[in-house]
Amino acid sequence: MSTNGTGPTIVLDGEKVAYNPGETVYEAATRHGKDIPTLCYDPRLEPFGGCRLCVVEVEGARAPVASCTAQCRAGMEVRTRSARVEVHRRTLMEMLVSENREVDVDELTSLASQEMTELVDRYEARTGRFRGRQSGASRPDDPNPFIMRDYDNCISCYRCVRVCAEQEGDYAISVKGRGFDTQITVEFDGHLKESACTFCGQCVQTCPTGALGDLKALAYRDVAGETKKTRTVCPYCGVGCAVDLLTRGNTLIGVQPAMDGPANKGALCVKGQFAFDFVQHPDRLAHPLVRGEDGELHQAGWDEALDRAAEGFLRVRERYGRHAVYGVASGRAPHEAAYTMQKFIRGGFGTNHIDNCSRA
Amino acid sequence: MSNPLEDMEKPDVIFCIGTNMTECHPVAATRLKRAIANGAKLITADPRRIALAELADVYLPLRVGSDVSLLLAMAHVIHREGLTNQGFVEGRTTEAEAFLEHIEKFTPEWAETITEVPAADIERAAILYGKAERGAIYYTLGITEHICGVDNVQSLCNLALMTGNIGREGTGVNPMRGQNNIQGAGDAGALPNNYPGFQSVLDPAYQKKFEAVYGRKVDLELGPTKVRALEACGDGIHAMMINGENTVVTDPERHHCEEALKSLDLLVVIDLFLTETAQLADVVLPATAWGETDGVQTNTERRVQRLRKAVEPPGEAMPDWWIVSQIARRMGTPGFGFESAKDVFNELCELSPLYAGLDWDRIDRGEYHWPVPHKDHPGTPILHQGTFENGRGIFKLIRYRDPAEVISDEFPVWLTTGRRLPNYHTRTQTGRAAGIDYLAPGERLEIHPEDVVDWGLEDGGWAKMTSSRGCMMVRVEANARSPRGTVFTSFSFNDAPVNVLTGGGYDPVTDTAELKVCPVRVERP
Repeated sequence: MSTNGTGPTIVLDGEKVAYNPGETVYEAATRHGKDIPTLCYDPRLEPFGGCRLCVVEVEGARAPVASCTAQCRAGMEVRTRSARVEVHRRTLMEMLVSENREVDVDELTSLASQEMTELVDRYEARTGRFRGRQSGASRPDDPNPFIMRDYDNCISCYRCVRVCAEQEGDYAISVKGRGFDTQITVEFDGHLKESACTFCGQCVQTCPTGALGDLKALAYRDVAGETKKTRTVCPYCGVGCAVDLLTRGNTLIGVQPAMDGPANKGALCVKGQFAFDFVQHPDRLAHPLVRGEDGELHQAGWDEALDRAAEGFLRVRERYGRHAVYGVASGRAPHEAAYTMQKFIRGGFGTNHIDNCSRA
Repeated sequence: MSNPLEDMEKPDVIFCIGTNMTECHPVAATRLKRAIANGAKLITADPRRIALAELADVYLPLRVGSDVSLLLAMAHVIHREGLTNQGFVEGRTTEAEAFLEHIEKFTPEWAETITEVPAADIERAAILYGKAERGAIYYTLGITEHICGVDNVQSLCNLALMTGNIGREGTGVNPMRGQNNIQGAGDAGALPNNYPGFQSVLDPAYQKKFEAVYGRKVDLELGPTKVRALEACGDGIHAMMINGENTVVTDPERHHCEEALKSLDLLVVIDLFLTETAQLADVVLPATAWGETDGVQTNTERRVQRLRKAVEPPGEAMPDWWIVSQIARRMGTPGFGFESAKDVFNELCELSPLYAGLDWDRIDRGEYHWPVPHKDHPGTPILHQGTFENGRGIFKLIRYRDPAEVISDEFPVWLTTGRRLPNYHTRTQTGRAAGIDYLAPGERLEIHPEDVVDWGLEDGGWAKMTSSRGCMMVRVEANARSPRGTVFTSFSFNDAPVNVLTGGGYDPVTDTAELKVCPVRVERP
């Protein structure tokens, strides 16, 4: 999109383009198709300017500026891919590589977990030029079954701290230490369960390095096959958060929030994020059951079970009349279940003997 | 909800009553928290000192079941202080004169004697809401699960009508629906009073419409609610089909409920698990679960969204619609030739004026809020804009009534029930998800720490809790969220069956059980 001559403009890599008042250089540049690298950026959060990867050159400025915090000004001349900023970015990436225990983390770790790896590859930063010291102190002692806290892979981008405060309003995650000793933690440096953490998993999903990981998904890392994503809606409360189901073959291996979910915009809670695996619990009913003459339920084929149900309803209708049958639809099953249930009653018996579970 | 979820970030005054939103609708609550961080004021009315109480500018710790008196007094103060929105009342409502006269006698001092909330705090809350530019009300089952649930809702509507806080962005009267598709089950017509699309079964025109499509006569009379049907089991009702509900654990008066289901000639249960209810069935039919089937669900803001299949179901499990259709076909009922969820949903769209502009393909991205009356309609995120569906907003003259049962020497403690964050309903799902037990290993009765001492109990020890219907054992948690004299437990754990105790009464209009109020005795076992 180029300027139409009315609104304010900046010069972006030599091209005059429009910006919206209040827009940052990063926002305007990405809107105009520029690919500026970031690690501390999450579009849902206030700009932070921590990772310095999004730096651009601005004509007249002495040093490169962080585009995520710089506001557009009319006539500003911006260079997003100059040799100077690319060298700067590569050096930063080399330093990050030197600081973290691992760069290649499992894709199941979280939604954003590949961001750093991708940038390391893009800037060919596995040079070993710096002999880094590791700054993290992982917390394998935290026994919680949901959130891996592997701070040896932390780069102090503060996305977890900020998403917990700005998006969740829980302020469970905090920071201790200064400079190189900066450490992500929670109150009293304890376990997540003893903190204000609600295990919504938002910190995990926004972590760009795999320092925070989804332990439930990672438990399925050995399941073979390519990871597939299917967009659906959470099965719990009535908010209707959109999620992506992660599957490999016929196994459900995890849930990731849908950043463009119309009701949730990327947010989830502990149930939507982590309580998905009831679906493949061994208790699931896999075959129809019919009560036998011995009074017990026995496995049966579909034909036998459906006939038994149909004949039973017909017998009751014949014996007691059409008002003797009642249907209870589910508030958990999809529309199609409720619709066919009410049609079964109204079309089959001519009554309004149908309800759902909303009264209790 | 009258307004969409994104509106939750827009009010300047938020009134939450009977909703423990941070635990029961956590993602919606994040929006409220952002609104508060941006300067919105919060009024929270709840007997328990829940997280929303801690965030509140005005917290009203009302006695369980006293909501109507609180809301009458708030209306009284709003009018007394000249905060009634005259333009809105004259332009868009009816029965205002009778209502404004009705509320004259319900002073905050009167309400204090019932709610136990200081009159001055009721005044502060009323003035705050009354002066709001954009005042929004949010409520959940703490409003509806009472014998006066309908009165509670209408009292909230009265407040919104008298202040004009309806039909605009960032306002509204907003129930937070508790189950993923409880809205959709009603939309689809699984109600004893409405055909699909909330078309009344008492209207001969709708009767004719559905008789033509379904190919048979249908009664021009209300069906009984589920509560009444359970009461009639063995005596009028002799066969039941239950889809995906663990009635035995969720419904009040558990023993009665079990006996009722056992007395049937035929109980057919369609479910994912052999629940306590399925164990009583003659035929149990295995359904596909979430993630295993395509379908549609409607959320609390009337947004119609698609569910998609990602994995195959276990064994021979089949979609609910297929199972029901198969039984219907075997009975010779016409109109069950559906071959896909899409077929079923599109038939619903053809019959429901609320969905007339929708079909399976149009809801692919989930951007529509019903009503969507025709194909060119953008959907309706905000209801009641400019006009009410039935013309004018009607003020209702509500009076306070005591709960069905009140505390006595024999049962001197108020029990109220609800949910907690990690668990959902009767744990048929969350109880089978790895890790949830780490957060909530078992049921706890939350009792004020001073009551724990006074009643001779110990934190973490056992208590025996008795109501006029039954008795249960439960572990004690000393917790100052509970006020003195009121205790709380969830209904999630089958080994702490609180529905043995509850069931003192039902709302006369909706038959919703008074699960939020139950006088009990709590003692050392």
